[in-house]
Amino acid sequence: MTEKPKFAMYWAAACGGCEIAVLNIHEKILDVDANFDVVFWPVAMDAKYKDVEAMEDGSILLTLFNGGIRNSENEHIAKLLRQKSKILVAFGSCANEGCIPGLANFTQVQELVDTAFSTITTDNPDQVRPITSLEMPEGTIQIPTLLPILKTLDQVVDVDYYMPGCPPESHQIAAVIDLVIQVLQGKAELPPKGAVIGAGASTVCDDCKRTRNVKKITEFGRIQLKHADPELCLLEQGIPCNGPATRQGCGALCPSAGAQCIGCYGPAQGVIDYGARLSSAFASVIDSKEPQEIERILDGLVDPAGQFYRFNLAGSLLKASLPTVRSTVK
Amino acid sequence: MTNANFEPVIIGFTCNWCSYRAADMAGTARMKYAPNVRLIRLMCSGRLDPTFIFKALSGGADGVLISGCHPGDCHYIDQNYKALRRFHLTRRVLIQMGMEPGRLKLLWASASEGAIFAAEINKFVEEIRQLGPLNWKIPGELTDIPTQKSQVEVPA
Repeated sequence: MTEKPKFAMYWAAACGGCEIAVLNIHEKILDVDANFDVVFWPVAMDAKYKDVEAMEDGSILLTLFNGGIRNSENEHIAKLLRQKSKILVAFGSCANEGCIPGLANFTQVQELVDTAFSTITTDNPDQVRPITSLEMPEGTIQIPTLLPILKTLDQVVDVDYYMPGCPPESHQIAAVIDLVIQVLQGKAELPPKGAVIGAGASTVCDDCKRTRNVKKITEFGRIQLKHADPELCLLEQGIPCNGPATRQGCGALCPSAGAQCIGCYGPAQGVIDYGARLSSAFASVIDSKEPQEIERILDGLVDPAGQFYRFNLAGSLLKASLPTVRSTVK
Repeated sequence: MTNANFEPVIIGFTCNWCSYRAADMAGTARMKYAPNVRLIRLMCSGRLDPTFIFKALSGGADGVLISGCHPGDCHYIDQNYKALRRFHLTRRVLIQMGMEPGRLKLLWASASEGAIFAAEINKFVEEIRQLGPLNWKIPGELTDIPTQKSQVEVPA
């Protein structure tokens, strides 16, 4: 029997939802097992970093890397897996654009650590903080230290393919796995390097079944405070829906279920800065020509930066808030 | 961070029909104004994608000037109102991200207002000089985990 190609999956700064999404492909997971030798997948099997370090360079055919790069351990493993893998896929929103962990880029490291160890509700009377390096009789022991901001995978290493989504939809994962298996059998070809896989090119609006007319917004409002028309475009009703800038791939799940798109599939093709595209889309359709009136309407958007960069801050042009950037300058 | 020797870099977006002509007017009339603004001509201020603003700030600009025809005068009927609305929303986003609001300026200038254009640029350059360099650049080095609690109480 010939040796099966090797498969790895890793989580860096992530929640674990991507792994769940992979397991959600149900019996298709048996195809993965039939076609691949799973060599490294911390959430599913026991393997040590030193096992990976001992592998030959480029010996893993396919690595799905999910999670952002928040600390020195994430960075080390990202570089290690890049070295050992032929195909490295930025899998899921965190690896692509920072996602929810990337929202920490609004905040300086000092504040992050204070929030974790020194809030009123935290029982930490001695103000104990992590020590990254400690001398012991057996030698120095270390834990990873933080990067000043969370980075996306391609800000640290070269990435072959991007698979967006928080998490990627299971039917998209199944389709990608099918494709890779077909490539292995010589029945299909891989897409060009740098391609976005497991998603469409256009926007969520293209998949959304709601009726769209000319948009003229006189008031923004939060969805929980409004009685939204179930048939009509949400943005048209003044509900901040991120569909116009978000890549299609989910089948417009949220708008179909009566909730606004929050943008988990990241920027659509051709969108350089997700938040900028949404600023443009939202501002253009405000129905006013008077500065004061425009300001009043914009007051309805309570948290524009959070609305526009919920998933995309680390992957945006500005990458982090200005105080965060300034705090990192020594 | 005030620095008298600091020369700000400002990216200015002008529209083809009014504000670029105003700059042209200032030039042909030999009016002197601060050389810190790099003007980029768009066909209309309505062409200004907020991406341009973020790109300028992340690429080293200390301030961004958006200028177009006066309200009601747009060559393309009402596109400068789009620029106005985008300016208001983009400024809100940038304020939330910690930027001083004074680094983003909106200026209406007609083709005959070369003197006003030059004077406003001089004023804007001085304002940015007072604010100091922006430096929206991300260093990549690892940082130490703070061992001391900060003085400011963090709400739970």
